Amino acid sequence: MSVAILRQGDVLIASVQSDLSDTQVLELRHELAVLVGRHRARGIVIDVSALDVIDSFVTRALRAIVLTARLRGADTIIVGIAPDVAIAMVQFRLNLEPLRVALDLDEALAMLDHRGRRDTEDGR
Amino acid sequence: MDEQRTAEAGKGRSAEPSGGEDDLLQELVAYLRDQRTELREEWAQRISDAELLQVMSDEEIFSEATEVYDNYVDALETGSIENLQAYARELSERIIPRGVETDEVLGIVLLLRDVLARSLFARYQEDLGLLNRILDSYEPAANRIAVTVGVSFVEERERVIHDQQEAIRELSTPVLQVRDRLLILPIIGVLDTARARQLTEQLLGSIRDNRATVVVIDITGVATIDRTVANHLVQTVEASRLMGASTILTGLSPDIAQTLVDLGVDLGMMKTVGDLQGGLEEAERLAGYRAGDADDAETS
Repeated sequence: MSVAILRQGDVLIASVQSDLSDTQVLELRHELAVLVGRHRARGIVIDVSALDVIDSFVTRALRAIVLTARLRGADTIIVGIAPDVAIAMVQFRLNLEPLRVALDLDEALAMLDHRGRRDTEDGR
Repeated sequence: MDEQRTAEAGKGRSAEPSGGEDDLLQELVAYLRDQRTELREEWAQRISDAELLQVMSDEEIFSEATEVYDNYVDALETGSIENLQAYARELSERIIPRGVETDEVLGIVLLLRDVLARSLFARYQEDLGLLNRILDSYEPAANRIAVTVGVSFVEERERVIHDQQEAIRELSTPVLQVRDRLLILPIIGVLDTARARQLTEQLLGSIRDNRATVVVIDITGVATIDRTVANHLVQTVEASRLMGASTILTGLSPDIAQTLVDLGVDLGMMKTVGDLQGGLEEAERLAGYRAGDADDAETS
């Protein structure tokens, strides 16, 4: 498997190590869906900094993972898109909407943390 | 000296140059050297008469004329235009900042060509055959020299323009950090495709280096905007989002705002604020919120 999934508190961190094939994407989606339930995770961070290219296939795969995780009750944040990759994605009109993006892992954890605190304060 | 002797031979009308092109050219060069003072003065006079090089004083014109004349004759003699080229480039460097135009430079070189040709006509008018042969060797060389000087001037000009463009481009896209993780990108002047791309790259690099979460793009200094530029801006904003930074666009003038609406550019996903001050306030609010500091979020 080319994706390592770590658990940090109630956040799952999936680090993509190399380009993903169709089956690997399905595996990753399934794995995350299962782990979210098992660890009662409320956040997922997917690190794509090892990818040199993010094409329409990867974009669609990420979106599918995010939507699946949301149905299981976890927010997903994508991190580690390099500047050139970002430019290429914009030029190919690959929009990551409605995916949330952060610069790096720290940032993503801060975002999830903040959201969690706000949710408890709001009594949700 | 060989030339001298040829020159003597040339003066004695009876002694026809016996050799081919080379000897003719040698004779020609020797003659032009001989007539240096008169021809040079005549040339300088013609330049003044034609009202060329008005930004320069007569003395300056005369001293430059001397240099050009000598270089010209040297180039005729040796057939090598390298010295002349170097001189022309150096001359261009000096006179371009003073506002000398291309047509003036071409004008004076062609004038020199005229002056010299006329003096050759005057000297060899009695022997048409010889005149023809002299002109045969003179004209190609003279044309080449005229082209060299003209091209050197234009090249120098283009180099200056190129340098200035580079300088403007470097100067015109500063990415400034005003607060922790808050960047400002003031855009001034005209946005074209190349500049927009460079700007995007620079901004994304700065976002990564400064770990910025909010970017304010201020376009107060952009006079007009069209569909292409608007799309570039949209792309820049989207790319920044992919790097995890929110973007606020400020300083849209009334004209630009109306143009964008008329063009139907979709700026829906962009956050816009009237001026830079408002943009900064909004940015600080966003940054405070995004940093995940619960206290800040409560007080605001």
